[in-house]
Amino acid sequence: MTTAIALFRKLEGQFELPRSAKQFINSFVRNAAVPFVGIVVFLMLWSFAAQNIETSLGNFPGPGTVWEQFGSLYDEHVAEREKEAEFYERQEERNAKRLAQDPTYEAKIRAYTGKETFLDQIVTSLITVMSGFLLAAVVAIPLGIAIGLSRTLNTAVNPIIQIFKPVSPLAWLPLVTMVVSALYVTPEPLVPKSFLNSMITVTLCCLWPMAINTSVGVASIDSNLVNVSRVLRLPALKHVQKIVIPASIPMIFTGMRLSLGIAWMVLIAAEMLAQNPGLGKFVWDEFQNGSSDSLGRIMSAVVVIGFIGFLLDRGMLQLQRLVSWDKASASR
Amino acid sequence: MSVILDISKIDMVFDTPKGPFTALKEVDLKIQKGEFVSLIGHSGCGKSTVLNVVAGLYQASRGGVILNGREVSEPGPERAVVFQNHSLLPWLTAYQNVELAVKQVFGKTKSKAEIRDWVEHNLTLVHMDHAMHKRPDEISGGMKQRVGIARALSMQPDILLMDEPFGALDALTRAHMQDSLMEIQNDLNNTVIMITHDVDEAVLLSDRIVMMTNGPAATIGEILDITLERPRDRLGLAEDPEYTHLRSEVLKFLYEKQRKVEPIRQKKTIKPGAGKRDAASAA
Repeated sequence: MTTAIALFRKLEGQFELPRSAKQFINSFVRNAAVPFVGIVVFLMLWSFAAQNIETSLGNFPGPGTVWEQFGSLYDEHVAEREKEAEFYERQEERNAKRLAQDPTYEAKIRAYTGKETFLDQIVTSLITVMSGFLLAAVVAIPLGIAIGLSRTLNTAVNPIIQIFKPVSPLAWLPLVTMVVSALYVTPEPLVPKSFLNSMITVTLCCLWPMAINTSVGVASIDSNLVNVSRVLRLPALKHVQKIVIPASIPMIFTGMRLSLGIAWMVLIAAEMLAQNPGLGKFVWDEFQNGSSDSLGRIMSAVVVIGFIGFLLDRGMLQLQRLVSWDKASASR
Repeated sequence: MSVILDISKIDMVFDTPKGPFTALKEVDLKIQKGEFVSLIGHSGCGKSTVLNVVAGLYQASRGGVILNGREVSEPGPERAVVFQNHSLLPWLTAYQNVELAVKQVFGKTKSKAEIRDWVEHNLTLVHMDHAMHKRPDEISGGMKQRVGIARALSMQPDILLMDEPFGALDALTRAHMQDSLMEIQNDLNNTVIMITHDVDEAVLLSDRIVMMTNGPAATIGEILDITLERPRDRLGLAEDPEYTHLRSEVLKFLYEKQRKVEPIRQKKTIKPGAGKRDAASAA
């Protein structure tokens, strides 16, 4: 009997998984397997629904169609790049020939004016959203700090912010377009007007959440920390630098993440509405194009837009983890 | 010994929505150089208000505070404050917290190396040299309060103001901190005003205990001189008849003469502005 028990123990000991392996399996199930199942179920539902939706441009695109379209969009991009390279090659050859015939000839380089590919549009949209966002941050964060520090300023500015905050930035778009074309008149524009229009629209929608969150963060600093600063007689600038900004970093980041999320949504809409280059224009062009591939290509764009929005938010979160002392507020 | 601090007949009236509220009435106290004075009284009696007026965080409605012959009008490092909830900047390490104060006070007179030595010296004084580079959320409550004391000491204040410095600590840690404070006090002989509601702490640490009457219009009720020999030893004193007598004097004042009749329906404590985080923590 005792030997049987001993043998059993031995066997059990052999087959028992080490603790770390158990933990690994647990965390794998929780962090990878469950989301994977979720995605598979979603794809099945999507595919099933797509088969049953008939439009004038054919079936609604299912996951398979979208996957194919990703491939063809990438191929188009590569083909376009090859065409561009060939164009410049031909141009160089021609210039070299003319230069050989006539040494006084000044070679002209003409830029390639091919169609923007899907990948180009993604890059354009990303640059636009980041520039608009950064411009807003440069304005809104100092403004928010000032509002948070001064109750008088807060009382003065708050009604204005509260009124402008709920305005859809798209309502601003026509005004922005007209103002930009009236004021931005240079023979050699550094950036295209359409870029400025989209960027300013993004800035306008980023301003308010950032300014409000920053000011709330600054206004709600622990009064004891402010007292420390008073006892030390920190000068105003040092007070802001050493106490106010670090203390309100978590709230500033909350505002920035909110803004960036809104900005990305607004940008796509603005690009569609104003035909400014970017992913929004891509979607609109495909819709107008109305080929049998169009819906698939639009759906691909939808997936990409969602994915980029997600990455932008994760990126901000990582930045917050890097910068903020308060790791707890950066965990969500 | 000479008078270093003169709290000269201060009144403190707060404006509240219900009209003016007189928190303090004619508080008058002279403190000698090197003296350790405790303010004791029931919660809400205005002990913290007195300290905040001395610190310059509040302005007295009438009367004033004179430090070294000059009237106090704003906060300053010569009246360093140890706050009840330590008030360390959570994004800085213990070292950096003290360094911020040292740089602000001695940035122009001390060299970089001297600043570093002075920061380390003060942290060693409170036995925090082993955890200098830890942030407040990585150390215990008692250790945080030690850093808070080091920060205050590092400013070399004329007078050290302590607002219930050990109020938030458990009894054992508190006893340990009291012993540390006595040890430091033995070396440096600072002038200290400490707020407390712990009778044993007051008797153990003080040269004088200032007992305050209940508010509103609180003022100084009695002053008790503590003539116990220094250095004092917690265990030895427990049996000492004089210690027992002094202790019972304070208790008598608090629980007979100034017995606080708490209404059943909790009245809201009127304590506007800075100081304590909430009134409940003082209870």
